[in-house]
Amino acid sequence: MHNEQFNNRNVSDNGYYLVDIEDYPTDNWGRFKRVIKRTFRGELFVGLWVVLREMIKFDIHTVQYPQEKMPIGPRYRAVHEMKRLWESGTERCIGCGLCEKICISNCIRMDTKIDENSRKEVTEYSINLGRCIFCGYCAEVCPELAIVHGGRYENASDQREHFVLFEDMLTPIDALKAGKQLEFEGFGAITPHEDERVKKTPLSY
Amino acid sequence: MSEITINIDGKQIQTQEGEYILNAARANDIFIPAICYLTRCSPTLACRICLVEADGKQVYACNAKAKDGMNITTTTDAIKQERRAIMEVYDVNHPLQCGVCDQSGECELQNYTLEMGVDAQSYAVKDVARPSKDWGHIHYDAGLCIVCERCVTVCKDMIGDNSLKTVARGGDALDAEYKESMPKDAYSMWNKLNKSIIGLTNGTDVLDCTSCGECASVCPVGALVDTQFMYKSNSWELTKIPATCGHCSAGCQISYEKKHTDIANPEDKIYRVSNEWNFVSLCGAGRYGFDYENANATKEKDSLTKAVEAFKKADTIKFTSTITNEEALILEKLREKFGYKLVNNEALAFQTFLKNYSEVSGTTLYSGNLKEVAESNFIISVGTAIKSDNPNARYALNNSLTVNKGAALYFHPLSDPIIDGLGKSIVSIKHKPLQEEAVLYLILDLFADKEKLPSEVVAYLASYHATKTITVEETIKETIVEVVKSMKLSEETGVEEEVEEEVSKVVPKKISKEVEVDDNKLFELVGAGKDFSDTLEKLLAKKDSFSLVVGADLYAHPHAKNLARLVALIEKYSAFKLVMIPSLTNTLGVALINELSNEFGKYTIGYNTKGDFTLSALGDGDFHMPSMNQQEGTLTSINKRVNPTNAALSYGGYTLNDIANALGLKAENTISYTPCLPTSKGFKPEKFDDLPNHYTNAGQEVRGYELENVAVPHAKDESVEKIETLLSLGESLIYLVNPVRQFNEFTNKATNLDEVSGVYMSEEYLGKSDFNEGERVRIKSDKGEIVATIVSDNKIAGSIICLPTFDSKLNSEALFSGYRFNTASIERV
Repeated sequence: MHNEQFNNRNVSDNGYYLVDIEDYPTDNWGRFKRVIKRTFRGELFVGLWVVLREMIKFDIHTVQYPQEKMPIGPRYRAVHEMKRLWESGTERCIGCGLCEKICISNCIRMDTKIDENSRKEVTEYSINLGRCIFCGYCAEVCPELAIVHGGRYENASDQREHFVLFEDMLTPIDALKAGKQLEFEGFGAITPHEDERVKKTPLSY
Repeated sequence: MSEITINIDGKQIQTQEGEYILNAARANDIFIPAICYLTRCSPTLACRICLVEADGKQVYACNAKAKDGMNITTTTDAIKQERRAIMEVYDVNHPLQCGVCDQSGECELQNYTLEMGVDAQSYAVKDVARPSKDWGHIHYDAGLCIVCERCVTVCKDMIGDNSLKTVARGGDALDAEYKESMPKDAYSMWNKLNKSIIGLTNGTDVLDCTSCGECASVCPVGALVDTQFMYKSNSWELTKIPATCGHCSAGCQISYEKKHTDIANPEDKIYRVSNEWNFVSLCGAGRYGFDYENANATKEKDSLTKAVEAFKKADTIKFTSTITNEEALILEKLREKFGYKLVNNEALAFQTFLKNYSEVSGTTLYSGNLKEVAESNFIISVGTAIKSDNPNARYALNNSLTVNKGAALYFHPLSDPIIDGLGKSIVSIKHKPLQEEAVLYLILDLFADKEKLPSEVVAYLASYHATKTITVEETIKETIVEVVKSMKLSEETGVEEEVEEEVSKVVPKKISKEVEVDDNKLFELVGAGKDFSDTLEKLLAKKDSFSLVVGADLYAHPHAKNLARLVALIEKYSAFKLVMIPSLTNTLGVALINELSNEFGKYTIGYNTKGDFTLSALGDGDFHMPSMNQQEGTLTSINKRVNPTNAALSYGGYTLNDIANALGLKAENTISYTPCLPTSKGFKPEKFDDLPNHYTNAGQEVRGYELENVAVPHAKDESVEKIETLLSLGESLIYLVNPVRQFNEFTNKATNLDEVSGVYMSEEYLGKSDFNEGERVRIKSDKGEIVATIVSDNKIAGSIICLPTFDSKLNSEALFSGYRFNTASIERV
């Protein structure tokens, strides 16, 4: 890796310029003048006027949180969600453990076992939200698009370690049936034109 | 074998003549890809990926032997193409289920696919239904199988169970055009692969073997998996703890693989045991018997005070040999300080045997080890039920038979279908119990150098010989001339007429001849058949290295002293290398470190055995002790090696060292005693932390250190007593032996080892007698009686009844007077 780009510290070359700021006063008289000037500039009333004007106009932009919430971007990374398969409604998670492995804050743990159909079953799954840094690696590494980030960003809790369990994150089955499961568009999602880039494996059927 | 120099990729390397190129390269850190080859086994030639160019010719590195001055190139363009095609073929129809596969992360298919850079597939064949099968303790997913046959090879060449084979897969043949278009080796490898799949040899759908799990261990993909481990954990989540198996005297190197118990419990738990399968093979006990830890021990203050009080009161410490060398040394130091009597009968018997052996041999220890047994080509086993006493000794025996074209004699009263199943070149000779002396004399007679052997012994052996005249029926070929009449067309007359012709024929003819042969009465004495000398001649053809394995039947024999001296004579005056199987895990270490006694005092402390005050690592005594997977220390193995073992699981209680410190000894940890092990017995003053525990790429065992075989002053007296012919036991025999996979209370505690306690009878015996499996019987000998449930066992044959020792509740030792055989009466309760 080359270091040249870091060696040029001449900021003006990059279209930056120094802001024209008055020099700070150095003597006491100068400081006294600055206090008087700032005190009697009337900026307080400018502000008060804005409030009064907007109050009269009744055109208020304040979001009434928590009754109202701003919409957030589809790629926002908040508390995780577990998706279900559209067709069958079963969980997408296959228990491969990649999210557990990649998690850099080591907050994911899972237990698996063999179920009665000889398939791998996830028996326990938890994310320690006290440790999670919402980096999105788990969603990115997930081969099944099962674990994704959701939009629920309210993490206030009365204790540092609070966990989400698999059942909390899983799309409720009625929400799925109502077609309300949203695909995540952020890390790990299928990129556009994926089909064109796939190499086909020959099959003799 | 001579040292030669070969050149691999421009690097000059030294190797032995006759070494495979692959092994030579591996020993010198040169990478040649190989999937189907297993070190120590014969080359399978299934994967063909180890293709290299030797002196301009393409050869398979796993079965081409190195020759002096050979020039080897590991990769050429043609070889690269072959390798890539082979990996593409392996990926054909391989399910993309790495996400749930247990092998993911340590999968050789994954690794080599990446190594060869396979990013696209050019081949295809229609797949057939390959359902996965539950074979008992092993799960076989045929869909994932790449038919490298490593499981088949290891089962045949290492273990000797021969439980697996390739069976027909069925389905479509390969597209004919591939024959032209594909690289040649890749095509022929695929052609074979596409026709076969792995199946069982016993014709059922459940494995009936000695359940070692080695097949699952060597499987490069997730096709063969231990059922107990299936879908429990990803391999990368597990931390490997290098250790030494604490179940028998083989001291195999193992790795405990552990991680937290579950999401709610951060305490570590062992999930499985893995091994360096290229260099060491485990038995079922080592592989599956890992959860015997003493989990609930805590440091309660008054428990230590009570223990110290008990030690102050006691005059005897009774213990088993499932302890480390350091603990044995602590006991010895306590004995020196407080004059305890240390009681351990089984170790005392071995110690006495070793001492008597030294008197003749002049060394503290026997000369051989199991590696030498595997490398020799004629092996005799005496006085041990080898498959249960030390599974690794059996693997060494089998390895010699299969890979070295070896032969073996197995002297034991108990018929063993597993041993007989090892092949035709092993001959079991069922002698009567107590006749081990005759067996040893026979070995002396057959193999010892008579010129050097003490003259009394030669004279005594000669007294068993006689010449006798026997009538032999022999078939000889004789030429006879016959006059044959036949009709022929006469050329002159054109009419058919009768002609007489003389025809000479060779016909076999039986004649009886009288010949003088040597009559060896010892054959009869050891129960060998009449044609034994012929059999022996066949077995001995082209044999040049010899090993003798002796076992616990000899140590507790009423004539043990004489046996020990005979064994020493055999070692001294014949080409045999000697290995003694120590009866339990650290019997050898205990025998070397402790001064043992067989007298009990008034108050006994039992360590892992019942006493007036019991210290137990099983969690059932008066005071908790750490079990073998919870403590550090060293164990002395059959290979005379002091192997370190590490703690895999945490332990919350006090240790023997804490008691010793409270009694006035001074050491920070138990392992502080490692450098203090007695050098006079061959131990070295090395610190525990300096002891390595691994194998090199060349297969060299870098584990702990080897005991020095110290010379002891010995009298020149080499006299041995004559065979005591009067010794004999009655008809209804019992034998003290564990089933395979069971050794002691610890293996009994392990959840995956499901052998049941009881009295083991062969199917043959049960068929003949009116007993049935599951019935309660009373067994009565001159020493005592026990009541137990009948267990049917197809791993033994004949009418000898086996009593296990792994369940102390059964208390089968009570029926024996030391020697492992006895007579007993059996009746239904």
